[in-house]
Amino acid sequence: MEILVCVRRVPDTSENEIELNSAGNDIERDDLVYSINEPDNYAVEEALQIVARVGGNVTVATVGGEDDEEVLRREMAMGANHGVLITDEAFNGSDGKGIATILKAFVQKGSYDLILTGVQAEDGGAQVGGMLAALLDYPFASLVNSIEVLDGKKLKISREIEGGNKEISEIDLPCVLSIQTGINEPRYVGMKGIRQVAAIPIPTFGVSNLGLEPSAVGEAAAKVKRVDYFVPTLGKGAEILHGSREENIDKVLELVAAKGGLK
Amino acid sequence: MQGIQSAAQVTSWLVTGRELFLIIHILGILCFAYIVAKRLVPLVRAQRDLRFDHPLARLGRVLKFWLGQWKHPRYKTAGTIHILIFAGFILLAMRAFTVLIVGVSENFVMPGLSGRAGEIYNTITDYAATIVFLCMVIAVIRRLVFRPARYAVPARFGKAHAADAIFLLALIAILMVADSLFAAAKAAAQSQQGQPLEVLAVFSLPWILQSVLASTALPTLGRLYFGAYLLHEVTFYFLLCYRPFGIQFHVETSLFNVYFAKLDREILKPVRWGVSDEHLDQVKSFGVKTFEDFTWKHMLDFYSCADCGRCSDNCPANAVGRPLSPRFITIKARDYAFQHYPVLGRSNNGTPLVGCKESGSIYSEDEIWSCTTCGACEEECPLLVEYIDKIVDLRRGMIDDGNVPQSLQKPLKALESRGNPYGKMEKKKADWTKAKDFQQTCNVKVVDGKNSADTLYFVDSITSFDDRMQSIGRATAKILTHVGENFGILGASEKDSGHEVRRFGEETLFMALRDHNVDAIKASGVKRIVTADPHAYNALKHDYKDVPPVEHISQVIAKEVKAGNIKFNPVENTDSIYAYHDPCYLGRHNQIYDDPRDVLDAIPGLKRVEMKRSRDRSFCCGGGGLMLFYEPKEDQRMGVKRVQMAAEAGANVIVTACPFCMVNIEDAIKVAGMEGKMTAIDLAELVDQQIARGVEVSNSSLNNPISCHLEQSEGSAVLANSSKTPDSSLRSE
Repeated sequence: MEILVCVRRVPDTSENEIELNSAGNDIERDDLVYSINEPDNYAVEEALQIVARVGGNVTVATVGGEDDEEVLRREMAMGANHGVLITDEAFNGSDGKGIATILKAFVQKGSYDLILTGVQAEDGGAQVGGMLAALLDYPFASLVNSIEVLDGKKLKISREIEGGNKEISEIDLPCVLSIQTGINEPRYVGMKGIRQVAAIPIPTFGVSNLGLEPSAVGEAAAKVKRVDYFVPTLGKGAEILHGSREENIDKVLELVAAKGGLK
Repeated sequence: MQGIQSAAQVTSWLVTGRELFLIIHILGILCFAYIVAKRLVPLVRAQRDLRFDHPLARLGRVLKFWLGQWKHPRYKTAGTIHILIFAGFILLAMRAFTVLIVGVSENFVMPGLSGRAGEIYNTITDYAATIVFLCMVIAVIRRLVFRPARYAVPARFGKAHAADAIFLLALIAILMVADSLFAAAKAAAQSQQGQPLEVLAVFSLPWILQSVLASTALPTLGRLYFGAYLLHEVTFYFLLCYRPFGIQFHVETSLFNVYFAKLDREILKPVRWGVSDEHLDQVKSFGVKTFEDFTWKHMLDFYSCADCGRCSDNCPANAVGRPLSPRFITIKARDYAFQHYPVLGRSNNGTPLVGCKESGSIYSEDEIWSCTTCGACEEECPLLVEYIDKIVDLRRGMIDDGNVPQSLQKPLKALESRGNPYGKMEKKKADWTKAKDFQQTCNVKVVDGKNSADTLYFVDSITSFDDRMQSIGRATAKILTHVGENFGILGASEKDSGHEVRRFGEETLFMALRDHNVDAIKASGVKRIVTADPHAYNALKHDYKDVPPVEHISQVIAKEVKAGNIKFNPVENTDSIYAYHDPCYLGRHNQIYDDPRDVLDAIPGLKRVEMKRSRDRSFCCGGGGLMLFYEPKEDQRMGVKRVQMAAEAGANVIVTACPFCMVNIEDAIKVAGMEGKMTAIDLAELVDQQIARGVEVSNSSLNNPISCHLEQSEGSAVLANSSKTPDSSLRSE
């Protein structure tokens, strides 16, 4: 099975202190460390596990700049067969639909049975996967938390629905799936692995070799524009109990029961 | 000799004894040689291990640990029994050899053992055989009746080993009886015929048997004599050939295992022996993934294990019900070797050792991650079996395959991008020095291009970033200031020492951290390094190369106390009873046991007790570094057990000298519900709290004026206050 995983490099929320810049229209980006968007990492792991079961290749692609090569290499160190950097000045300022348009052009350059994305980018809006499917006229499922390959170009997938319940569906290939974290346990990528793929050339695609109209992507085509970032005002803090251990236990039970947590 | 025929002369079934015994000799030796050759097959396919250096040092260890049985008295009963058996075997070796030859050549006498010397040797060996026999009886009774807990085999590791152990003990007992009966029958016959007697040692087993046989008819004695000899012969060779199938193989392998044992235990095994760091990129696969990835010495360890259970008896992971039992790391690998390299049939190999149960893996991931590398097992093993290197090698293999728990992936990733496991920003590394009331009294400089210092205080991640542990950092800085040390820190350019990164098997990441720190340390131009973190201490001392000499703060304090540069105020709370907890990487791994105790004992009025498990038998608090992120499967926390041990010893203050111990012990006090009854304090914190700051500092420090001196008077005022409540001043509510 030929699988494409669309990935993205984002500021690592666990290793940064995210602050607004002085203008208030973006976050402070000096001193940030970036990493692969976490759900995308699960998507790559899932692709690798599918390929390990049924054979095939995994390609990881990202729309971005030179710096984003880092995450492609990390995923290649994980085991992805190919990495592709889709980059062009004309892409700057693309909105979700713009990114989906770029990815659609790339998908049509190759032949993929399955396209995976992470459920959402940590700095995004969970929009690209669905739009990509629509543009390609492929079936789409979101929040997928298990995949089983069936005979006859079909997948059996399960989706997480409200309350932790699962909904099981069959879906025709080719399709687009957005992958929920927790679907697997992504393998660890150490420095050694990254070093071993450091010299592999990563092909790049731009407007010209994707056959895109520059006006269809980038800032000019964007219909969604970010206008502001703000930090929400602090709400009421947690209630701290100051009793003895026994008193606190009783109080906690009472509070939980009052909220309907105990039946 | 008349009366009864020598064993060699007896003829039965048309075969003389001489021929029969010659055949048994040859068959026995051939069989043994074949089995040993088969056992050596995996060792030949194993990884390299450079253990042929320093023959004198190795010989010294053979004298101490093999011939001297150095570790055995750590377990008094079993140790004493073993020493007696071992001594008996050594003494009986020549006698056994002589007896074997006598079967073929009846008049053989070991050169040098004729006449008087021979009589003395015979007397000694009569007693030796008796003692070995009695030891066998005691050992069997121990196995059957007393059943020491450490011999038990938990269900998950298979069937009990007692039957096999008793069988082997019985064989040795039979060997002793046969040997004695052989001598007794001969002596009884000689006595009945009025021949000059071979004197048997009074009250020895042969002597008793001789008395029993005194009036037995001569022909019966003849048959007994021959029968005893045959029994001895057969038992001897059976044992010889049976031992390589179980725990008694150590009789043969122990000498080699001790000779080739690791000389510098504190230094971790390289990824591959003979491959330098620069060439490591060319090594395709790291660590141990299949059995053949072990080094030959590690395989010899597996063969040499005597299944005594002392490792697991001392293993903190085993004690709290984690899946790890070091004894079974070895036993399972030995069984794997026996199964995959059988004596009869072809060897088959290459299956993964960890994780994949369906394909016959012998270890689970949790088993391998459960180890805190505290070293208690290695400290105890009488045969010097190595564990930490194997665990680290297995982890290297798992890291290489990407098989790492999610709980460890985050901190490893943060170490890669931020240089600390918490993902904190580099520029905040020195924030602990900026605490308001601290900065006013003690200004810690960052050694960069602008500032220089003689001494580097290497803080490491936890002390830099953890709110509670920053107090240890500030106490350390104040002590260094008090003794007039011209010191500084690296600040943002200090990355994690990588100590646990390496011990968790992420060698490449460790090397990156190390190289960064080495460059930063060299660029700082300092002449020595001080740290309050034993893990950093161990890394800087043993894992790093070409850095200035490093000392732990407890060594610095001990020295300064001795030199009179540190004087203490007496302890004010007389109800406090202190117990010192040895951090693994200060104690067992670096033998710093006395300095911290000397410091405590120098504080006037301080009452100190020892926990039962202290010094080289200290009980790990739960592990440091990345171990704080790992979520083990366990019944209980190690720290809780440790806190209970301190309470049993009668202490109500645990003093330690390691920030990770502090994390674990303080958590454990809460988990055990002992808040208010037990507190924990770091040695540096206690010293800082008790220092008498009004006292004159000796002249050596006056040559080293630094900025902190100016604020000294103010500092002493602050600290005099805090020392009034020595036990609670540093505890957060």
